[in-house]
Amino acid sequence: MNSLLVSPNPHLHAAVSTKSLMRDVVIALMPAVIVSVIFYGLGEIIVLGVSVISCVLLEYLITKYLLKKSCTVGDWSAIVTGVLLALNLPSTTPWWVVFLGALFAIAVAKMTFGGLGQNLFNPAIAGRVFLLISFPAYMTNWQIPGGLFGIDAVSGATPLGLINEGIMSGQGIQDIMAENGFSYGQMLLANVGGSVGEISALALLAGFVYLLVRKVIRPHITLSIWAAVAVTSLIFWLADPSRFTDPVFNLLSGGMILGSCFMATDYVTSPMSVKGGIVFGIGIGFITMMIRYFGSYPEGMSFAILIMNSTVPLINRWFHQKKYGRK
Amino acid sequence: MKRTFSIGGVHPADSKISRGCAIEVLPTPPVVYISVAQHIGAPAKPIVAPGDKVKTGQPVAEPGGFVSAYIHSSVSGTVKSIAPRKDLAGNWQTCIEIQVEGDEWAEGIDTSDTLITDFTDDNKLIMDKIRLGGVVGLGGATFPTHVKLAPPPGKKCEMLIINGCECEPYLTSDFRTLLEKGEQVVTGVAIIKQVLGVDKATIAIEDNKPEAISHITSVLETLRKKSPKFEGISVMSLMKKYPEGGEKQLIDAVMGRQVPSGALPIDVGAVVQNVATALAVYDAVQKNKPIVDNSVTVTGDCLPMDRQHNFLVRVGTPLSYIIEHAGGMPENAVKVISGGPMMGKAIANLDAATLKGTSALLFLTAEQTKRQPETNCIRCGKCAQACPMGLEPFLLQKYARLDNAEALEENAVQDCIECGCCLYSCPAYIPLLDIIRQGKVKVMGIIRARAAAAKAAAEAAKAEKK
Amino acid sequence: MTSTIIWTIVIIAVLGLVLAVVLYLVAEKFKVQEDPRIDEVEKAMPGANCGGCGFAGCRAFAEAAVKAPNLDNNYCPVGGNAVMQKVASILGYEMVEKAPMVAVVRCNGTCANRPKINEYGGMKSCKVKAALYAGDTACAFGCLGCGDCVSACQFGALSMDEETGLPVVDESKCVACGACVKACPKGIIELRNKGPRGMRVYVSCVNKDKGPVARKACKAACIGCGICAKNCPHDAITVEGNVAYIDFAKCKLCRKCVAACPTGAIHDVNFPKPVDRTPKPAAKPAATAAAPAPVPVQPETAAPAPAKAAAEPTVKE
Repeated sequence: MNSLLVSPNPHLHAAVSTKSLMRDVVIALMPAVIVSVIFYGLGEIIVLGVSVISCVLLEYLITKYLLKKSCTVGDWSAIVTGVLLALNLPSTTPWWVVFLGALFAIAVAKMTFGGLGQNLFNPAIAGRVFLLISFPAYMTNWQIPGGLFGIDAVSGATPLGLINEGIMSGQGIQDIMAENGFSYGQMLLANVGGSVGEISALALLAGFVYLLVRKVIRPHITLSIWAAVAVTSLIFWLADPSRFTDPVFNLLSGGMILGSCFMATDYVTSPMSVKGGIVFGIGIGFITMMIRYFGSYPEGMSFAILIMNSTVPLINRWFHQKKYGRK
Repeated sequence: MKRTFSIGGVHPADSKISRGCAIEVLPTPPVVYISVAQHIGAPAKPIVAPGDKVKTGQPVAEPGGFVSAYIHSSVSGTVKSIAPRKDLAGNWQTCIEIQVEGDEWAEGIDTSDTLITDFTDDNKLIMDKIRLGGVVGLGGATFPTHVKLAPPPGKKCEMLIINGCECEPYLTSDFRTLLEKGEQVVTGVAIIKQVLGVDKATIAIEDNKPEAISHITSVLETLRKKSPKFEGISVMSLMKKYPEGGEKQLIDAVMGRQVPSGALPIDVGAVVQNVATALAVYDAVQKNKPIVDNSVTVTGDCLPMDRQHNFLVRVGTPLSYIIEHAGGMPENAVKVISGGPMMGKAIANLDAATLKGTSALLFLTAEQTKRQPETNCIRCGKCAQACPMGLEPFLLQKYARLDNAEALEENAVQDCIECGCCLYSCPAYIPLLDIIRQGKVKVMGIIRARAAAAKAAAEAAKAEKK
Repeated sequence: MTSTIIWTIVIIAVLGLVLAVVLYLVAEKFKVQEDPRIDEVEKAMPGANCGGCGFAGCRAFAEAAVKAPNLDNNYCPVGGNAVMQKVASILGYEMVEKAPMVAVVRCNGTCANRPKINEYGGMKSCKVKAALYAGDTACAFGCLGCGDCVSACQFGALSMDEETGLPVVDESKCVACGACVKACPKGIIELRNKGPRGMRVYVSCVNKDKGPVARKACKAACIGCGICAKNCPHDAITVEGNVAYIDFAKCKLCRKCVAACPTGAIHDVNFPKPVDRTPKPAAKPAATAAAPAPVPVQPETAAPAPAKAAAEPTVKE
């Protein structure tokens, strides 16, 4: 007879681990990855490959040689960061810029804080914003997918960028949209200029649904971001439709879907309680709209998430879930 | 939407493998070891001496305090010794060792199978019989039943809840009891209901046991026709969710009320008793039979179907004897658990004997039960979502590691019911409950000391006034 | 342009003046009168803030020491007599000299002496393990081996010996703060007199089980036979609850008990020559080697020579 194993209760464990959760996120991002590869072709594959490989490699090297801890690459979180970072970049980004973004994301935003679970800011967004500020030229060189696999792709601006520019030069929104010929249907399916992950809302939403079904995330943060964006833009749009874009446009454009479904819902950098998550989401939605309407950058999702990330410790302190038998 | 408790909970696979196994009487072992600490509260005091002849059902130990209970000999034979023996955790515990000789029952005990659904005893007599029968709560906590059935003055019970949830995976002893001894259980419920003086009693059963629900419903229908004493008893089907059988969770699920922190169920008008306790009450009152045996599920995925059992086991039977009768230890089992897999105790010493509250022997394999190495908390909040008390285990474990009693108390560590949902659902395999339990012990100690000091101060002030 | 500069200077100057006055007034109002000796005492302290003295930290100790009428109840075990001498001179109190202490792990339950009977699979913490059950050996009193004492030690004086599974005290680093004593849920670790040149004798077992039970659980357990007490000429040994205890205040280090102990539960450390533990003169002279592995104690820096000498005879024979 083998010697008995003795441990405190519970003696069973749910079939869930950090690795399985992270793997689910990667699976959920696959539709968007496939769609972007179809539209952007080789450039996209290079960006994705460089991003994922450098994230994993950097985490491996840092944990092994710098921190001398047990290696945490096996938990798939570096892969998630790599894929998310790639989806935030234009497919024309040179490989060394992608590598710098990965370096910032993993080395600065993640490992300096103590690795997975300790970081204050979402590594992928931190990496993206780092690149956006450091290399604005590369980061705004969007491709408008022309045909499959990026064959007929041409450089151009994103819908948000076009509108930002147009309004600066005194054009009305309807004119800008008509002039550049993009519609909401296109935005939902793909086919508008933007970062890789911004192009197809539908593919991203499919991944989001997968995460919800697998119970990897709860929907409250995403929904409150959408609600805040819709309400804020509705108010401004009703006040002056020629200056401010309408709610549907704002929900479908830019990094809204990618940010609200995959970046804002990151476990580590979002509040723990449902109440806190709603506050967090409303904050992101509102700040995003303020930056879009009044900021000099056409898109504010990344900044909004970073800003709200920094408030998470405070939100966690203020908002707790309801306890049984207590007020 | 089926009723269930409102906060947290987890959904482990219910694995009721032995649900089809009828309760079989396990042959009496050659020797039994009857522990004097089979209930919460003060251990009982032995009232027999080595060399004494005892009969089955004869008391061998008397209550050692207000919260304590009688213990009876589960066999007839000779008392060999009264000495410390290692319990299932390897700690010393005084046990009465009885050499079995035949099976002669003490006088006045009805050992027949005749069903007596009519009861005429007055409440005082019933309470005496429950107390003398050594009845304790068999749902896990083994709290002496006669204490629980005597609510403090000024507090009125509005509903009696009978816990037939058996929310722990694998366990089927309560389920089999409901199926095979439904009439007895329902009669026991009617007796408890009368003692408490309540109009309503609800037998709560999880919806993964439809046979039990329909059987008890039909039993109730028949009995209601016989006597008005069975009016007001109903069956409630609850959605399967762990830990539904927890007292506080069950009250929330059945009555929609939450017991305030630090209060007792009676403060919201509820008394909760287990199905097996109801049966024990029936035996004690109708048959004059104290607790001498209880049903024990022997199960596990590593056991073939023909080695799954629900045994009726005499109290004090060595665990190794039961395992032997069930075909020995399965090859690949690494852990034997007394009770269910969520809250049961892992057994370190198989020579220990069963207690009144032993409900199962569960065999688990290394793949099922071996813990993975702990990794970083990823702040997913799954522990907080799972906690049926609405606590935040991620926070509590941090404070417990820092030994910060103040912060622990502020975050309600004392409300923890140690159900294990947090550790069960943690993707980083952090030993949340292990460390939180230590914090809870510390905080409970502080709270108790504070209460004692406040009481002493109040008394001193009173004495001064005089 | 010039006026802007002038105005800036004037405003800044006035602002600075006003704030300075405010700051002064506030500082005056909230001034805390503190005995200056507290600072002095604190400076003399080792500054480890370990709590070994029973206070929250060195500052708290300094406050208490200044308040107290003498130094009877305030002693810094980390700084020892040297620091207390300084404190005494600052405060003008009489110095209370104390013998230096050291943490002693009283368990012989090495992996070899005490076989495991089950496997522990919970959190690696003695506190958790002790609350769960009696432990993974048949001895319910011995070391649980999860290293709570090691993590409690701020001075790096404790480490787990992989081979024996027991904690080892590094005498040169141990300051006798008592953190490990508090951390051990089994109460195995005791602060004992360090002894002259680190020489001391102690019963390395706390098992209260009856002799045969204890012996079955661990080859080197104290079985409470009392032979040591009978052999002690100084009346330093008491046997209570099946376990012997040597009062270090009475022990004269004669080591008669060490030789008499039938299980080798009594340890002598840092003596120049080990006691011959074999009762009958055996053909095999490896007396010390045959004796149950004593808790390995790093030889004190002051007495390395005797320790080496102790090892030599065994090697030669």
